[in-house]
Amino acid sequence: MSVDKNTVAKIASLARIRLDEAQGEALAGELSNILGWIEQLSELDTEGVEPMTSVVSMTLPLREDAVTDGGYPDKVTANAPEAAHGFYAVPKVVE
Amino acid sequence: MSELTNLTIAGARDLLEKGETSARELTEAHVAAVEAARPLNAFITETPEKALAMAEASDKRRAAGEAGLLEGLPIGMKDLFCTEGVLTTAGSHILDGFHPTYESTVSGNLWNAGAVMLGKTNLDEFAMGSSNMTSFYGGVENPWRRAGDNRPLVPGGSSGGSASAVAARCALGATGTDTGGSIRQPAAFCGIVGMKPTYGRCSRWGVVAFASSLDQPGPMARTVQDTAIMLRAMASYDPKDSTSVDAPVPNYEAAMTGDIRGMKIGIPKEYRLDGMPDEIEALWQQGIKWLEEAGAETVEISLPHTHYALPTYYIIAPAEASSNLARYDGVRYGLREPGESLDEMYEATRGKGFGAEVKRRVLIGTYVLSAGYYDAYYNKARRVRSLIARDFAQAYESVDAILTPTAPSPAFGLGDKMDDPIAMYLNDVFTVPASLAGLPGISIPAGLSKDGLPLGLQVLGKAFDEETLFKVAGALETAAGFDALPGFLAA
Repeated sequence: MSVDKNTVAKIASLARIRLDEAQGEALAGELSNILGWIEQLSELDTEGVEPMTSVVSMTLPLREDAVTDGGYPDKVTANAPEAAHGFYAVPKVVE
Repeated sequence: MSELTNLTIAGARDLLEKGETSARELTEAHVAAVEAARPLNAFITETPEKALAMAEASDKRRAAGEAGLLEGLPIGMKDLFCTEGVLTTAGSHILDGFHPTYESTVSGNLWNAGAVMLGKTNLDEFAMGSSNMTSFYGGVENPWRRAGDNRPLVPGGSSGGSASAVAARCALGATGTDTGGSIRQPAAFCGIVGMKPTYGRCSRWGVVAFASSLDQPGPMARTVQDTAIMLRAMASYDPKDSTSVDAPVPNYEAAMTGDIRGMKIGIPKEYRLDGMPDEIEALWQQGIKWLEEAGAETVEISLPHTHYALPTYYIIAPAEASSNLARYDGVRYGLREPGESLDEMYEATRGKGFGAEVKRRVLIGTYVLSAGYYDAYYNKARRVRSLIARDFAQAYESVDAILTPTAPSPAFGLGDKMDDPIAMYLNDVFTVPASLAGLPGISIPAGLSKDGLPLGLQVLGKAFDEETLFKVAGALETAAGFDALPGFLAA
């Protein structure tokens, strides 16, 4: 599978990563190589094999649906680049 | 290297118990060693004041008769574990200035057991790498050099800072995390012991996530016994990690009886790679002989899907990483690059904050999970992963443990393989299959290459049978009698 510059730009936009022209060019080559190498999995017949969901056979534990933590917005937002009044602050999203 | 910094964890524990040294004295020696080892760049953050305060508190606890399992023992903490109030970077620019307001379960368990934190060790960015070269804080040097060649070598990765620090005698032990080999490969490169527990044995809570279905914290130290002592303190059932196993933590150290008579050890024929250096093959054969001499029976086994493990890993790990790393958006922590709109701010922040390898993996992950490719790549890989796990399950019907080399080469030069991602990924060819199957593995230093560099052998065990793993590794360690020292030792 070969990936071109436009495909890289499309995935980068899905992943919200800004790339410059040179990075996009380089990544098209690198991703094509990696995906080409990964392609060898298609040799294997996996008909009827269940996709793995968990490496350890265990049932996910359930707990009571109750609040167990919280009530300290200042602590939660302590590392935010910008916070105000106990909220995260972001650039304007609504005109 | 002082007498105190060359101790094993077990040896230091005995001296402390006998009152022949104090946590303070032991910690002062290690704080000085960490400083002396700065040229290695093994630590991103040194915490000498915290270490001394923890040591004093430890001596008080001991005096009050309340000594824990690791009471007063100074260790390094991989900078992937969140430590309350102490800068936690994951080796990434995007976590600039992040001071967690909470403690990871594993690091908390270690402090509760009395361990002393020397600092946060360097690593590949978000644990993505096999050389420690992808760290935003710069590469780490391996304290070993080739005989007659002064060029610096990588310590392996991603837990390269931890491996380098332990090998150079600036910490008695250190934590690592292993997703595809990130504890075992650097341990092999630096001539120390590195152990990856069964997935679910140690809590992942508070460990910066890379690939959640694979990530597993584990101990790194200079002897098998020391890793056994550390693991007992690190492991616990943790309701905050839904994949944490609710099973008692055994006394792993007690399991190391040295008696492996009658045990069956599998030798997987598919691990004999074309073009593998002769010295790796020779060491492997030597390991087989050692186990046989100790009374074990070795049998050839087949793990037929081994060849497909790396490509499977390079779909699953990036897919999970692309999802896990979505949280780094310039809103909640770390770096923010300004943008006119929210989307532009995200793109600018992530474009600037992630390094080349992280971008590569997030993009591969995004691609294999995107509409139209999800089934062909991601689901295909999850099916192959089931086959790989089945290979091991079938092998373990007839053997107790498996012996393989840890890595296909000794440590390589700083900066080598950087322009060829696939060549770099091949470092993990022997460690990735067990990671995909969630199984425990340990690397022990077993010999030297012709250039005088350490080489590791890997023992793999059954799920949650770390006791057998430590027992076999201990017997192998005794037989190997590895006592070579790196060229650089912290003064």
